[in-house]
Amino acid sequence: MLAVEELTTDYGPVRAVDHVSLEVPPGSVTAVLGANGAGKTSLLRTITGLVRPSAGRVTFDGEDITRLAVEEIVRRGIAHVPEGRGVITELTVAENLRLGGLWRGREAAPKEEIYELFPRLEERADHPASSLSGGERQMLSIGRALVARPRALLLDEPSLGLAPRLVAQIMSLVRRLADTLDLAVLLVEQNARSALSISQRGIVLNLGRVVADVSAAELAADERLRHAYLGF
Amino acid sequence: MTKFIDLTLNGISTGAIYAAVALALVLIWRATRIVNFAQGAMLMVTTFIAYAVINATGSYVLGFVVALASGFVLGAVIERVLIRPVEGGPPLNAVIITLGLYTLLVAAAGMIWGNTPKSFPAAFSIRGYEVGGTRLLFAPNDTFIVVVVIAVALGLALLFRATTLGLQLRAAAFKPEVARLLGVRVGRMFTLGWALAAVAGSLAGILVAPSIFVGPNNFDPILISGFVAAVIGGLDSPPGAVVGGLLLGLALSYVSGYEGSSLVPLAALVILVLVLMVRPTGLFSATKERRV
Amino acid sequence: MTVADTQPKDGLEKTGVWAALARSTVLRSLLLLVIAGVVLLVISTYVSAYHDLQIATGAYYFAALAGLTVLAGCSGQISLGNGALMAVGAYTVALLIGNEGWALIPALVASAVVTAAVGWPVGAAASRLRGPYLAGATLAFAVGLPALADKFPATFGGENGLIINPPVPPASLGFNFPLERWEAWIACGGALVVMFVLYNLMHSGFGRSMAAVRDDEIAASLCGLRVGRTQTVAFVISAACAGLGGGLLCVVLQLAQPGAFPLQLSLSLLTGVVLGGLGSLVGAIWGAALLVLLPNWTNDLANSFSLSTKVSANLPLAIYGLVLIAAILVWPSGIQGGVRALGRWLKNRWAR
Repeated sequence: MLAVEELTTDYGPVRAVDHVSLEVPPGSVTAVLGANGAGKTSLLRTITGLVRPSAGRVTFDGEDITRLAVEEIVRRGIAHVPEGRGVITELTVAENLRLGGLWRGREAAPKEEIYELFPRLEERADHPASSLSGGERQMLSIGRALVARPRALLLDEPSLGLAPRLVAQIMSLVRRLADTLDLAVLLVEQNARSALSISQRGIVLNLGRVVADVSAAELAADERLRHAYLGF
Repeated sequence: MTKFIDLTLNGISTGAIYAAVALALVLIWRATRIVNFAQGAMLMVTTFIAYAVINATGSYVLGFVVALASGFVLGAVIERVLIRPVEGGPPLNAVIITLGLYTLLVAAAGMIWGNTPKSFPAAFSIRGYEVGGTRLLFAPNDTFIVVVVIAVALGLALLFRATTLGLQLRAAAFKPEVARLLGVRVGRMFTLGWALAAVAGSLAGILVAPSIFVGPNNFDPILISGFVAAVIGGLDSPPGAVVGGLLLGLALSYVSGYEGSSLVPLAALVILVLVLMVRPTGLFSATKERRV
Repeated sequence: MTVADTQPKDGLEKTGVWAALARSTVLRSLLLLVIAGVVLLVISTYVSAYHDLQIATGAYYFAALAGLTVLAGCSGQISLGNGALMAVGAYTVALLIGNEGWALIPALVASAVVTAAVGWPVGAAASRLRGPYLAGATLAFAVGLPALADKFPATFGGENGLIINPPVPPASLGFNFPLERWEAWIACGGALVVMFVLYNLMHSGFGRSMAAVRDDEIAASLCGLRVGRTQTVAFVISAACAGLGGGLLCVVLQLAQPGAFPLQLSLSLLTGVVLGGLGSLVGAIWGAALLVLLPNWTNDLANSFSLSTKVSANLPLAIYGLVLIAAILVWPSGIQGGVRALGRWLKNRWAR
């Protein structure tokens, strides 16, 4: 269970995250939605420690991880697939995957498991990651996150720049992973419609503040909210 | 004809030394995006330490090992204490810190060992090989220099390409933030990178010491040549550093032989400017120039 | 009622003389020039010859430092070669006054012009480089250029360099006018000219262009600024200042030799600029004071502890290095930055 309490992040005079509280239960997908600049990415970056919060707490399975270094937070079992995929283009596909599981040691998932999920990656295993298309890179960065057998998965705009059919595939994959691996998934998306279709819960951010925290079904049905913040 | 052969062989030998310094600069640049202007001073200090050890114990081998080991420690300490605070900040800060460190190390060496240059023993004979009656300008010690530098370069290449540690080092160098998100202890990787680079630098120092006399300022030209070699090969390419070093060694050897040794620093400058004008990213670099 | 009427009068609207001064950079700088000139005149008359020499030294350092601080602070280019550029200016003056018999002022002007000409190709090359590449290239320049003196010993006098006769104070100043005071006046005159030119430059359109290029090259070029040209011109200007500084050095010391322009000089200039405060002309004054006084203090320190020659000879250098490191770690905005911060703090307290 990943929990965030009154989390506040400032970039100098700009408040990007404003007293945000939320919970991400295991085995479910929680969507964080909102317009550009609403603070969604900043929220994820604060949770994983890339940015230090000015106030508030982040706890994972009861442990306060707010002040830990990024590497230590990740080693608690939280995987973060960053905005733009974060694929290391100078390394090969196989090296990227191996890198993901190094800290896990022997308990890391064998690469065959990942190749089963993403056969395309096995084909390109020894090619540099720079040769992958956008969709393939998304598969690689998700696969890389899974190698470490995480218990929480943070995804930052996985649909960015991808064709609709690919987006649907990836979204249904994320839902499947949450169900079968009992992952606590926090999904940041601008594509609210596809995100809500696989989520149990929907949270809407505006100017860094939570303006809605309801079940995904309720959110999808609430026309006012949808028009105001989600664009459909 | 003999002169040309002599100059070529000499160029290979000095080129190996430039390659080692270039390798040190490239490793640090790749890891922390900093040009270590203190590299020459650092390898000067480790060479002095080796000098002290050799004088005290009479063993070259011990001195050699101590030079490399002290380089490792020095590089690690400097990164952790002085460089960590300026990593990721404006480049000017890192430039000034390394220059300040250079000044401090030169002064400290002067205070401890004095400013009079001292002679340093070579590992092997410096009497050139005799081939068909003529004595070449290439001696057993030069063979040692070339072999050791190539061995170390290959060793480092093996470390980076074929080991888990090397994978982490490369990941931390290419994309530190992403590496952090994968659980890599990036800070430790930076420290290790500096330590390994300093070992390469110390190697250059102890190999070049017999021919230049050891003094606090005597290693400055080596830094410049190492920098030019690194730029020729591409600041982020270790194989480029080796090739760049050899090419520069040959070029400067010819200049020195045919035009006189006083022109060498100027020749290095001209070569540097030419490379920067024609192909700024170097011969082997993978990165492209930034174009709008 | 117009929009103007509804704007609060914020006290910046002054009348008459003040308004003219606030609007015109040239007027403002002329006034400052005159004030500074008078102050220097008075001080130099009442202090000893030794202090006059220090003032002269500080003045020629200031010329070089001011150019470098504009280059590094306003246009964001790090040059480690301005010491070598000072050498160009010094040798120019030595050759023109010593060999060709030129008068003082034309020779000094020539030192700035010649060094600017030398700086042009270097600056053009430098404009394509960024950060550490630029620093490395200018470092190579600093180490490589003095080698020319060795290669052409006949023209440049080799290791011993060139010597010129000391400048003679004009008869109108009196028979026993001290040489040191005259040198201080010459050097300060040069420094004031540099300050006037750079002050106006920094507050002009070109100054804003430099800042734009420094802060974001891509955005600047998309706005139509010619990035390469701006960087080159900035470099040439700093070269001219360094050249003038070198020329003044030659006049004050009456000699130009390779030993006076080691790599350490370029590093000292950078130290002075960083410690004084990047991009600030007043910072260059602090830096010049530091460069003149620090060697004295460290020498006194070394002597007072009666340290061995090994230690005392290297102590000033060691302190330089330590100060440089400490400055960046602890106080990156330099003395002038500290002064400005103090000023802001005081203003806030006064406003309450």
